Amino acid sequence: MVDFNRFTLANGLKVLVHEDATTPMAVLNILYDVGARDEDPEKTGFAHLFEHLMFGGSVNIPNYDEPLQRVGGENNAFTSNDITNYYITLPAENIETAFWLESDRMLSLAFSEKSLDTQRNVVSEEFKQRYLNQPYGDVWLKLRPLAYKKHSYRWATIGKELSHIENATMDDVKAFFKKHYTPQNAILVVGGNVKTADVKKMAEKWFEPIPAGEKYNRNLIQEDSQTEARQETVRANVPLNAIYMAFKIPGRLNQDYYAFDLLSDILSRGQSSRLYNSLLKEQKLFSDINAYISSSLDPGLFIVEGKLVEGITIETAEKAIWAELEKLKNELVSETELTKVKNKVESVLVFSEMSLLDKAMNLAYYELLGDAAMLNQETEEFLKVEAKDIKRISNETFNHKSSSTLYYLTEENA
Amino acid sequence: MLNRQQAPDFKQVSTINFIHPEKKVLDNGISVFTIYSGEQDLVRIEFIFDNVNWKSEKPLQAIAVSALINNGTNKLSAKEIAEQIDFYGAFFQTEYVQDQSSVTLYTLNKHLRSVLPIVKDVLSESQFPQQELDIYIQNQKQKLQVNLKKNDILARKEFAHALFGNTAYGVNIQAEHYDGLKREDLVDYFKAAYAPNNCTIIVSGKFDEASFNLLNDAFGKDWEKSNAIKNSFDFAATAKQTIYTEKPEALQSAIRIGQLAINRKHEDFSGLQILNTVLGGYFGSRLMNNIREDKGYTYGIGSGVSSLQQAGYLFIATEVGADVCAAALTEIYKEIEILKTELVGDKELNLVRNYMLGSMLGSLENVFSHADKFKNIYFAGLDYDYYAKYIETVKTITAEELLAMANKYLTTDHFTEVVIGNK
Repeated sequence: MVDFNRFTLANGLKVLVHEDATTPMAVLNILYDVGARDEDPEKTGFAHLFEHLMFGGSVNIPNYDEPLQRVGGENNAFTSNDITNYYITLPAENIETAFWLESDRMLSLAFSEKSLDTQRNVVSEEFKQRYLNQPYGDVWLKLRPLAYKKHSYRWATIGKELSHIENATMDDVKAFFKKHYTPQNAILVVGGNVKTADVKKMAEKWFEPIPAGEKYNRNLIQEDSQTEARQETVRANVPLNAIYMAFKIPGRLNQDYYAFDLLSDILSRGQSSRLYNSLLKEQKLFSDINAYISSSLDPGLFIVEGKLVEGITIETAEKAIWAELEKLKNELVSETELTKVKNKVESVLVFSEMSLLDKAMNLAYYELLGDAAMLNQETEEFLKVEAKDIKRISNETFNHKSSSTLYYLTEENA
Repeated sequence: MLNRQQAPDFKQVSTINFIHPEKKVLDNGISVFTIYSGEQDLVRIEFIFDNVNWKSEKPLQAIAVSALINNGTNKLSAKEIAEQIDFYGAFFQTEYVQDQSSVTLYTLNKHLRSVLPIVKDVLSESQFPQQELDIYIQNQKQKLQVNLKKNDILARKEFAHALFGNTAYGVNIQAEHYDGLKREDLVDYFKAAYAPNNCTIIVSGKFDEASFNLLNDAFGKDWEKSNAIKNSFDFAATAKQTIYTEKPEALQSAIRIGQLAINRKHEDFSGLQILNTVLGGYFGSRLMNNIREDKGYTYGIGSGVSSLQQAGYLFIATEVGADVCAAALTEIYKEIEILKTELVGDKELNLVRNYMLGSMLGSLENVFSHADKFKNIYFAGLDYDYYAKYIETVKTITAEELLAMANKYLTTDHFTEVVIGNK
């Protein structure tokens, strides 16, 4: 159970407070409701590049990191296709420093040319390190545009190509800030050894004077329902053949989210899972096999991916995956198997309450979904899922005509 | 009027409280250290075994045993073990590190009674079936092939081997090592290492008298002792060496530079950690400021000091654009030279003090982290005075002492420099 108090400032900024007196630390987490899905198709990778620029100094404070480190704090941030999330952890008695720093960069950035120059390079190196200079590193750069034709999920957060980042201008940066980094587009969570009344005072002092800005109304082009099987083959300097299969599933707020999450657990959570036992251990077709969901806000993907044992043909491997998916469409999972994955989820949720930062991030994310209180109802929602739901969603999802399959092959197979 | 240019007042962290464990002993002599917290209805139990009987011609014995220990006993198959653990929502993890192998159970309190016997069965009766070993060998060789395409991993392997040779700290694992794995070797190693007289149990979470009795019932008896010799290695500083593997197609080069140093038992260790923080131990470090934030050569660069039971080492690691690799190397050595010749300024040193104290406070997030802090000192043969001294050193070390430390431990004549990519 993660308790919280909630209030909204006059400028529309939502504030949640989680009091936890067992720690001497505090967390300030701020989620901006903007991600790579909000980017212009000709300027992709921008939400993430912008995240880097948020550390390049703000209007009144030339350096963001140094004053925070001086009070014993640490920070980081991440960008996804849906959100951009910033967080600070520091000794609770110094929490006001976090308010000072975080409110100033919501007010306005320094917009320094030097920072833009440097971060363009840093992000280009990140692009190389994580996507281009790694075996299989560019899979998502290939798989997204195969699975999505219209929706902005067709590019990854790093962007479609290096040139989009290299060409970013200061005008782009300013426009993006004005459009997305407003109080009404953000959720602030303060957690740890703090009192709600103190947090309220500090929030009013530091954040309330920031102008509300204009409300950004998201109006993304949605994907048409897929009616044809898609397949692509990539050849690269990798040692093993691999297969990636993507199926469309509903967005995070759909009630079936819980069933899909359990379905992916049945297939691949841990050494008792189906794919691991059937395809890796018994049939010895894969050296590595996984299934997971993308958990995105707009309709997402159910992914099955694996690396093939040498000598196994891609056709054999693909057929074997389909056989497992067909089983789920034709037979009810047993109560024991369903209880097993539910127990695991319950356990994971209890263990996640061990981390103050996780609690704060979760509150912000569930508030974005509509209501932070949903976080405390998750276990119940998972428990409601029945075997027939798993069978139903398997039938709705695992069809050739709505599948996108990527063969990622070694060059020797060319 | 709000003055946004004025930073709020702040305080340096003054007190840091460590939760000390309570020690009890099982009937067969196994020490159990418990760090208690009643916040959540869960517990973590770690069974920790020293690595033993090192044979450089069989470098994978301990690693393979750690990976395959839950793959079948006389009573249960690999699948049955996994199914039962998962059914109770528990987590069973095995880990092999240079000095120790551990088996960790995470469980909700309500299922402790049900899962402990499964863990006991695994720890005392594991069988290592040949068919499971065959699958392991095949799949590990495939994973190795993928890893050998990653420059940062290659750099790490080359670096460790250059410093530590064919010991458990440095052996450079190749495919043929997997081919050489024999079931009998695993069984032998399991019997030698996973024995009550080589086991320490660390418990953290909600764990009362009744839970202790359950633990004692399961692990305090019917578990054979062994005769094993704890691994022991000696290392001497190497002469300067440069290892370069050219990868013409690489977009980035992986760099790893460093040398043997001291470990936690040495009185200078806290000071060396502070020096390391200044150099590359946090986001505001000199290496990050220069090579990422000023030059934009990399997504990240860092340095570290690592304490093993029988050695210590320091290292600098990064991946940089292939076109700027030579320039990045120059800047790295330049930063080291500055630390050896110029005093760290007051402003920077105070920032580092405050940052390190805040970081220490933050690293004690929950009962698991308190247990981790205890393991650091216990297995190094130290007590909580170590942390008191660490905090005192962070608060009081002088710039002159750091300069002396830099000249004593950053001896570039003994550096090993590894570059994989293009330079």
